[in-house]
Amino acid sequence: MWRYLLPIVLFAILIGFFVAGLRRDKETLPSPLIGKPAPEFTLPRVEDPSKQISNAEFAGRPYVVNVWATWCVGCRQEHDALLEIARRGEVPLIGLNWKDDLALAQQWLAQLGDPYVASAFDQEGNVAIDWGVWGAPETFLVGADGTILYRHISPITLEIWEREFVPRIRQGRARE
Amino acid sequence: MAAELGHFALILAFCLALPQAFFGLAGAATRRTHWMAATQRAAAGQFVFVAISFGCLAYAFYQNDFSVLYVVQNSNSGLPTFYRFAAVWGAHEGSLLLWLLVQAIWTLAVAGLSRSLPVQMTSRVLGVLGLISAGFALFILTTSNPFERSWPAAADGRDLNPLLQDPALAMHPPMLYTGYVGMSVPFAFAVAAMLEGKLDSMWARWVRPWTNIAWMFLTLGIALGSWWAYYELGWGGWWFWDPVENASFMPWLIGTALIHSLAVTEKRGLFKSWTLLLAIAAFSLSLLGTFLVRSGVIESVHAFASDPARGLFILVFLGLCVGGALTLYAWRAPHFRSNAGFAPISRESFLLLNNVLLVAACGLILLGTLYPMILDLLQLGRISVGPPYFATTFLIPMLPLVLLLSPGQHAEWKRASFGRTKRLLAVLAAAALLIALGLSLAVYGWHSALTAIGLAIALWVILSSLIEPVQRWRKGHSLSAAVLGMSLAHFGLGLFIIGATVVESYGEETDLSLAPGQSAEVAGFTFTLNSLSNVSGPNYEAVEAEVAITREGKPVATVHPQKRVYRVQRNPMTEAGIEGGWNRDLFVAMGEPLGEGSWSFRLQYKPMVRFIWLGAFVVALGGLIAACDRRYRQRVPAREMSPAPASASTV
Amino acid sequence: MRALLLAVVMMAWAAAAMAIDTAPAFEDPAKQARYERLARELRCLQCRAETIADSNAFLAADLRKQLRQLIAEGKSDQEILDYMTARYGDYVLYKPRVTPRTWLLWAAPVLFVLGGGALAAVVILRKSRLPDSDPSDPGLGAS
Repeated sequence: MWRYLLPIVLFAILIGFFVAGLRRDKETLPSPLIGKPAPEFTLPRVEDPSKQISNAEFAGRPYVVNVWATWCVGCRQEHDALLEIARRGEVPLIGLNWKDDLALAQQWLAQLGDPYVASAFDQEGNVAIDWGVWGAPETFLVGADGTILYRHISPITLEIWEREFVPRIRQGRARE
Repeated sequence: MAAELGHFALILAFCLALPQAFFGLAGAATRRTHWMAATQRAAAGQFVFVAISFGCLAYAFYQNDFSVLYVVQNSNSGLPTFYRFAAVWGAHEGSLLLWLLVQAIWTLAVAGLSRSLPVQMTSRVLGVLGLISAGFALFILTTSNPFERSWPAAADGRDLNPLLQDPALAMHPPMLYTGYVGMSVPFAFAVAAMLEGKLDSMWARWVRPWTNIAWMFLTLGIALGSWWAYYELGWGGWWFWDPVENASFMPWLIGTALIHSLAVTEKRGLFKSWTLLLAIAAFSLSLLGTFLVRSGVIESVHAFASDPARGLFILVFLGLCVGGALTLYAWRAPHFRSNAGFAPISRESFLLLNNVLLVAACGLILLGTLYPMILDLLQLGRISVGPPYFATTFLIPMLPLVLLLSPGQHAEWKRASFGRTKRLLAVLAAAALLIALGLSLAVYGWHSALTAIGLAIALWVILSSLIEPVQRWRKGHSLSAAVLGMSLAHFGLGLFIIGATVVESYGEETDLSLAPGQSAEVAGFTFTLNSLSNVSGPNYEAVEAEVAITREGKPVATVHPQKRVYRVQRNPMTEAGIEGGWNRDLFVAMGEPLGEGSWSFRLQYKPMVRFIWLGAFVVALGGLIAACDRRYRQRVPAREMSPAPASASTV
Repeated sequence: MRALLLAVVMMAWAAAAMAIDTAPAFEDPAKQARYERLARELRCLQCRAETIADSNAFLAADLRKQLRQLIAEGKSDQEILDYMTARYGDYVLYKPRVTPRTWLLWAAPVLFVLGGGALAAVVILRKSRLPDSDPSDPGLGAS
């Protein structure tokens, strides 16, 4: 009478899914932009709003875009790691200051140090939408050919930098 | 001191749950009377200690004992006393202790009210309940202890989540848990029957009142949650198909199927294995709901802080309980087949279709809730399944179900001929259709064919559920509680469908900015912002608006929505100003200050929305009344009952 | 003091956005209806399980603004949904697309109902051939 076994079999499959479900990492939502050309933006600079910064200036070499804001607790956590990454100088860091207050942002960089080559002031949030940003901090790696290679959500650490970003940068360089 | 006492009491409760389980199951298996008697005492003792433990936690809250970590996390010295008590179940650890307390109360009730049952059955039931209690107690003691100390003691607490500082929401978990835990009783009866190797219609008679009461509480708990979401969250919605809401709805659907399946098993001795499976499924879904909320496997606005370690424990517990029961099922259910039958058109076949559709609906909700997780695990990407999916697909099994309800409740057992009722049903169907069209065309305006169909079916259900009570009253026959309960529950369902259909089809809302003196119009009502002022509450500060509502120049009401900021947690909370009526609600919620004295507002017109919860309440009442039927309280010992042949119009 | 505290907190939150829109509704009721429907189909990623219509987060407000603009530009529903999924993935859609991966999800209602109906039919047919009563347990019938 196989039909009496059906409930327990179905249940076992369900439990199997749940056991696997407990282990899965829900944080890493892969960006649909990976492998696609990075959207171009031109925005005022945080340091000096009368000047502009555009990521087109960095075409032809890899760079990193880091989404940050003064209201973001995780950004404060990752700031020291960013300073160290900037110090190592492998690739330029561009900041995307998201939905922030200009004066507070300038104060933040002045007080805590500025790891960025320049920070773009995205007050409207339109650039962030184009990049598919849904929280801060987020860090994008753009390759020399202008495509987005990787996105990391949540505060970046040196360990993550070395594990995920550096190999991809080196790989890109080897291909050139 | 109270915390240590509470912790110790909990350990004792666990220690008593184990002998309750052992003596209950082993005593019944070996027919040792003194062991079976010991089960009852262990159950009583377990209740006493769980109550002491819970009382100690409540006392810690009452005394603002901020050396207890759980109190620090969920209370504050400014918190009003009522909410200090409600904060006991405000987060994961305390809510589990509440679950355990409710389990102990149900166990005690079963022990006390089962005098006329064979002692072996009772012992087994108590034994299974003891295993469940032991599992929960162990879970609390090892992973979720509410009595942990915080040294040094904090100066003050982090306050109860402001969302929970509300009377309806304070009562929602106790009601809901009483329902969830209550489903463990039919589960225990099912396991007991399988262990005994005997399942008959008398067993169904014992189980029905317990199932009805548990189901009633589940109905009330869900309705309370829905009502709270409506008036507290500020957006006028009453159901969001959030995974945690779905987790409470699924056991309700299966519980409904179980009630109907038990009716057939009691009356005709049929559907035994279906009833068993449904009884196992109802409690399994309760446990599954607990798992989904606390493990972090599913994303939800409701979820408690997720913790995979806790999730694993619940999953193992779920696996053992349900896996064990289903293994027993695979072994025993083949023996429970009945050789009796029924005609293609009969109450039995209507009830079979009813249950199939309810199980289909439950399966759909389960699939939709788990699909994102399953796809992700299979590396097929991340998707979301939300209200647009559920709202559409849920209607597919539900429409036929509600349509079949009206003839189904009048079909006779074994072979339905309907007799004169056939004509009456047709007349009422025509009347329902006419009234529905009238409402659609004349009163509210045409919305869609689906709206008219929904109204027509709901009206048919309402009218046809009155047939039997009215007929019996006119003939001077007595109306048994079972028949009255059934009619009332179906009547309530009709009310609910009318409320849901009308408010979703004809509700209107507008978002706009208002400064004092300005007005806006929604659905013929004029809303005027008279003034804005600052007010202070016991633990919050607020901006209060006075909004006058008029219709065609005549004043209707004045409401006072607030935007509150709780001093400790600093989340802004919207308290909507609602002018409620039996046929419509007028709903005003404040958004944000826009500068220069004006604020954004959401104004809503919600026709017939109260029928949603009125309907749910009537349904629950029907369940309660049906459980009080005289035959469940007969004190004749089981042996002496001689089964009577099934007849036409009883449930 | 209390009023000051309230004002400060309120101003801080005014910087955050609102779930209540104060942009004027579309003149064209059809467009407004589309806006309201689509806002309920898009997920707010900054919050836990809310639509952009219901969410208080500023990302939700930004996306509502973007939605409004796309509708005003005359984009079709499909183009708008494609715009959103190009940036956020299928995760942002509360109404899953109909693709080979989700066919089971969308076919399920009809499958379950028809399957259940077929099962019920089989059972009913079998039961209609059995005798009226089983002497071993005829049931308890009327009370």
